[in-house]
Amino acid sequence: MEDIILNRLGYPILSITIFLPLAGALLISLLRNAYAIRWTALLTTFATLVVSLPLYIHFDKTTYKMQFVESYPWIPAWNLNYTVGVDGISILFVLLSALIGMLCVLASWKAIQEKVKLFYMAILLMETAMTGVFAAMDLFLFYILWEAMLVPMFLLIGIWGGSNRVYAAIKFVLFTLAGSVLMLVGIIALYYAGGGTFDILALAKAHYPVNLQIWLFLAFFAAFAVKVPMFPLHTWLPDAHTEAPTAGSVILAGILLKMGAYGFLRFSMPMFPDAVKIFFMPMLILSLIAIVYGAFVTLMQKDIKRLIAYSSVSHMGFVTLGLFSLNQTGMEGGIFQMINHGIVTGALFTCIGVIYERTHTRIIEDYGGLARAVPIFTVFFTIFALAGSGFPGTNSFMGEFLILSGAFKTKMAMGAISIMGVILGVAYMVWLYYRIFLFDVNPKVKEHLRDMGMREALMLVPLVFLVFYLGMQPSVLISYMQASVQHLLDRFGAGGQEITAVKGIIEVLK
Amino acid sequence: MSELMRELGPLFPEILMTVLTLSVFLAGLAVKKKSIMAFLSILGAAAAAYAIPISAGTAFNGMFISDGYGMFFKYIFMLNISLTALMSIDYSAVDERHSGEYYSLVLLASIGMMLMASAGDLIVLYLGLELMSLSTYVLTGFLRHNLKSNEASLKYFLLGTFATAILLYGIAMIYGLTGATNLKAVADYIAKNGLAANPVMLLAVISVTAAFSFKIAAAPFHMWAPDAYEGAPTPITAFMSIGPKTAAFAAFGRVLFDALGSARMDWGTILIAIAIATIVVGNMFALAQTNIKRMLAYSSIAHAGYMLMGIIPGTKEGMDAMMTYMLIYAFMNMGAFAVVIALGKEEIKSYDGIARRHPLISAAMLVFMFSLAGIPPTAGFIGKLSLFMAVIKAGYAWLAVIAVIFSAVSAYYYLRVVVNMYMKETEEEAVIASSPSLGIAILIIVLMVFIIGIMPSPFLNL
Repeated sequence: MEDIILNRLGYPILSITIFLPLAGALLISLLRNAYAIRWTALLTTFATLVVSLPLYIHFDKTTYKMQFVESYPWIPAWNLNYTVGVDGISILFVLLSALIGMLCVLASWKAIQEKVKLFYMAILLMETAMTGVFAAMDLFLFYILWEAMLVPMFLLIGIWGGSNRVYAAIKFVLFTLAGSVLMLVGIIALYYAGGGTFDILALAKAHYPVNLQIWLFLAFFAAFAVKVPMFPLHTWLPDAHTEAPTAGSVILAGILLKMGAYGFLRFSMPMFPDAVKIFFMPMLILSLIAIVYGAFVTLMQKDIKRLIAYSSVSHMGFVTLGLFSLNQTGMEGGIFQMINHGIVTGALFTCIGVIYERTHTRIIEDYGGLARAVPIFTVFFTIFALAGSGFPGTNSFMGEFLILSGAFKTKMAMGAISIMGVILGVAYMVWLYYRIFLFDVNPKVKEHLRDMGMREALMLVPLVFLVFYLGMQPSVLISYMQASVQHLLDRFGAGGQEITAVKGIIEVLK
Repeated sequence: MSELMRELGPLFPEILMTVLTLSVFLAGLAVKKKSIMAFLSILGAAAAAYAIPISAGTAFNGMFISDGYGMFFKYIFMLNISLTALMSIDYSAVDERHSGEYYSLVLLASIGMMLMASAGDLIVLYLGLELMSLSTYVLTGFLRHNLKSNEASLKYFLLGTFATAILLYGIAMIYGLTGATNLKAVADYIAKNGLAANPVMLLAVISVTAAFSFKIAAAPFHMWAPDAYEGAPTPITAFMSIGPKTAAFAAFGRVLFDALGSARMDWGTILIAIAIATIVVGNMFALAQTNIKRMLAYSSIAHAGYMLMGIIPGTKEGMDAMMTYMLIYAFMNMGAFAVVIALGKEEIKSYDGIARRHPLISAAMLVFMFSLAGIPPTAGFIGKLSLFMAVIKAGYAWLAVIAVIFSAVSAYYYLRVVVNMYMKETEEEAVIASSPSLGIAILIIVLMVFIIGIMPSPFLNL
C-alpha cells in the first residue's frame, strides 16, 4: 500500500469524473427533443471538465505514487477490486479525455441531425470508457472499459459515417477485437503468474521469468500495436478515420490512439522489463518504418481526411520511438507528444469537419483559394497545420524535439532517420496547404463557402491557446510526469545485466 | 408410508412438474387459450423452482441424485420453461387450439431434462434422455402444415434416434465391463480393476462422448442442428437451443466425472479435438448464413464448443465456469430468439433499417449480439472470461488462444445483424405487432445480461 495515496478530497473525485458522462447518457435516453439532448450533452461534458479540475490543483508532482486512489471490492471470487487512481502520466490523459469529450459535442452540434439521441449517448459512453481506461488501476477494470469502447465507436462510425462507413466500422472492430482478445489471454496468464491478483501495481512489482515475459509482452503488444497503430497493423486507421463523423475522428485521433501507447507505458514496460529490453530494437525499427512510410503515404493522399489520418501513423511512430528510446528525454517527449497529437490532430479533424459541413467534399482537388474565401477558417487551419508539422513555437515542436534527442541518445542512426520524417511532415502539410488555401477559389465549392460561426470559432480557441501555451511552456505538462517517468525507468536500471536482442532470441529458442 | 415419502422427497420438483403437465394437458381440452396455459406453466415452474432447494438428497439406491450440481441445471430448465412460455403467447404460427398439447410437451421435455440432470444411474439417464428427445421431436414438427417443420422433425428424429442407439451401445459396453449401471459403482469397479486403459473402455468412452456430442450439437455431430433450428417454431428453437443442450451437458459432466473420472486421459484428448472442431465449424459456417435462425444455430454450435472447454481440464473451476456459461448463454440466446419472434422475420436482409422505427427492440438485439460476441460489459464476456480463466489455470493456454481468435471471428456475424438494423436503410416500413409478454421477456433478459455482466459475483461458483 506504500505506492498509493488515497483520495483525501472527501468525495470520490475520479469516480465522479468517470461516471458523470454515463449519468448524462442515461438522462439523455429519457429526453425526446434534439435541442434538449444537445444541451444536456454539452453541460455534462462541461461539468465533467470542471469536476476534474481539482485533480490538477491538488496533484502532488513530487511523487510517482498513484494519487486520489479509490478502491472498492467488486468480484471477491476473483480477488477483483474497482480501483482507480492517477499518476503523473495518466492524469494528463484524464484531462485530455475531458477536453476532447466537450470538443466532440460542440463539433457535432449541426452536423448530426439523425438519431441525435443515440449519437450523444454514444459520445458520452465513450467519454466514460476513455476516462476510466486511463484511471483504472485494476487490469480487469481496464480491460472491460477498453473493450466496452468498441460498441459506441462501432455505432459512431457505422451510423453517422461517410459512404464506406459499414466496411470501416467492421474493420475497426475486428482489428481491435483480434488484438485485445489476445491481450485477454495474456491478462489471465498474468493473473495466475502474479499470484491471483488484477492489481496493476502489485503485478508491476513482481518479477516474471523471461520466457513468460516474452509471451506476455507479445500478447499485450497485439492489443496495443493495433490501437496505436504501429506498422504493419495500421490499415484499419485510414478507413476508420476517414469514414467516421467528425466527432468520431476526433475521438479516434485524440484518445483511442493514445490508449495503445499508454498501454505500453502502464503495462508492458513496468511488468515485462526484460522483454522490453529484448524487443526495444524491433519496436524502434517498427516506429521508424511508421514514421517514414507513413509520411510517404500521406504525401500521396487525395482526400484531406485520409491525409490527416495517415499523418497520424507517422506521428504515432514518433510517439513509440520516444517511448522505446527508454530514456527520460525520449519518454517524456513521447508522452508529451501524445497529448500534442491529441490536441492538434483533433483540431485538424474538427476543421475538416467544419469545411465539410459546407461543401460536402473532402477531395483536395475540389478546393483552392480558401484563404481568400474564408479567412477566419484559414487562420485556424494554418495554426494547426503548422503545429502538425512541428513548427517551432508550437507544442509539437517541443514534443518532436524531445523525442529526437531521446532517440539520438539511444541510437544515433535512429535519430538521423527519424529526422527524415520531420522533413516529410513539413512537406505534406505545406503541400496540402498550398493546394487548398492558395490560388483562386475553386468554382466547385465557391457558392457553399461561408466563414466560421461563433460556435465553431469558440470550440477551437482553447485549442489554439493550448498549442502555443504548451509550445512555450512545455514544463507545465512535463513537470507532472517527471517523477512517474523516472520511476518507470528505474525498472530497467535495476535489471543489472543488459540483454541484447540476439541473446534474448537464443533464450526463447531454448 | 413415511419410508416411501422419504424416498420420494428428492423427486418432489419432478413430481410437481408431472402433475402440472397432466393438468395442463387436461385443461387444454377445455381451455383453448395460450396465455392461460403459459400462465399455468410459469406458475408451475416457479413452484418447482421453489421446491428445488428443499429436495436435496438421493433416492432409489443412488439412482436419482438431487445435489447442488443437478439443482443448478434445474433452475436453468425452469427459466427455460418460463421464457419459452412467455415467448409463445403471441407466436401466431402455433394455433390457440393446440395450446394444451404444445405447453404440456414443453413441460414433459423439461421433466426429461430434470431427470437427466439428476441421474445417478445410466438407466435413469437414458429414460430422461428419451423423454426429453421424443417430446422435442414432436415440438420441432409442431407446425403440421409447414414442410420445413416436418422435414426438420424427421431429420432430428432419425439422427437423434441413431445417437441414442450409440449411447445405449456405450452403456451396454460399460455394463458388460463393470457389471453395473450406477455411476459410482462403475467408477469403483474401474478403479479397483484398473480398467482405465482397457480398449473396450475406450470404445465405451468414445460411444458415450459421440452420443452426447450429438445432443449438445458439437462437431462433427452437429449436422441436424441448423435444419432443426430453422424448421421448428421459433419459440421451440429457443427452447431447444437451451434445454436439451443444458441437460446433455449436465448428464455428460456427471458421467465423465462420476463414472469415468479415471479415464480422463481418454476423454480429455477426445474432447479437446471435439471442442476445437466445434468452435471452428460453428463460427466459420455462421459467417455464411443469411437466415438468422440458421446463423443462431451455428452460433449455438460454437458456444457448445466453448462450454466443452470447461469440461476438458477436469477441475472444479472448469465445471463452475461451464455452468456459469450455461446460465449466461441461456439468457442471451433466449433474448436473441425473442427478438427474432418479435420481428417475425428470418432473413437477416429483412432487418435493414429496423432501428429507425423500433429503437428499443433494436437496442435489445444490439445488447444480445454484443453479449454473444463476448464484449464487455455484458454477461457474455463474464462467461467467456471465467471459462478462459479455468482453462488457462489448467495449463491449456494454447486452447484459450484458439478460442479467443474464433471469438473475434464470431464478432463479424453478430455485428452484421447490428449493421443491418442500424446502418442500412429500407423503403419498407417494418410493422411489428406489439406484444406485452414478449416485451416483458426481452426486458428481463436485457436486465439480466447487464446485471451478470457488471455484478457477476452472485452467479459465479454456483
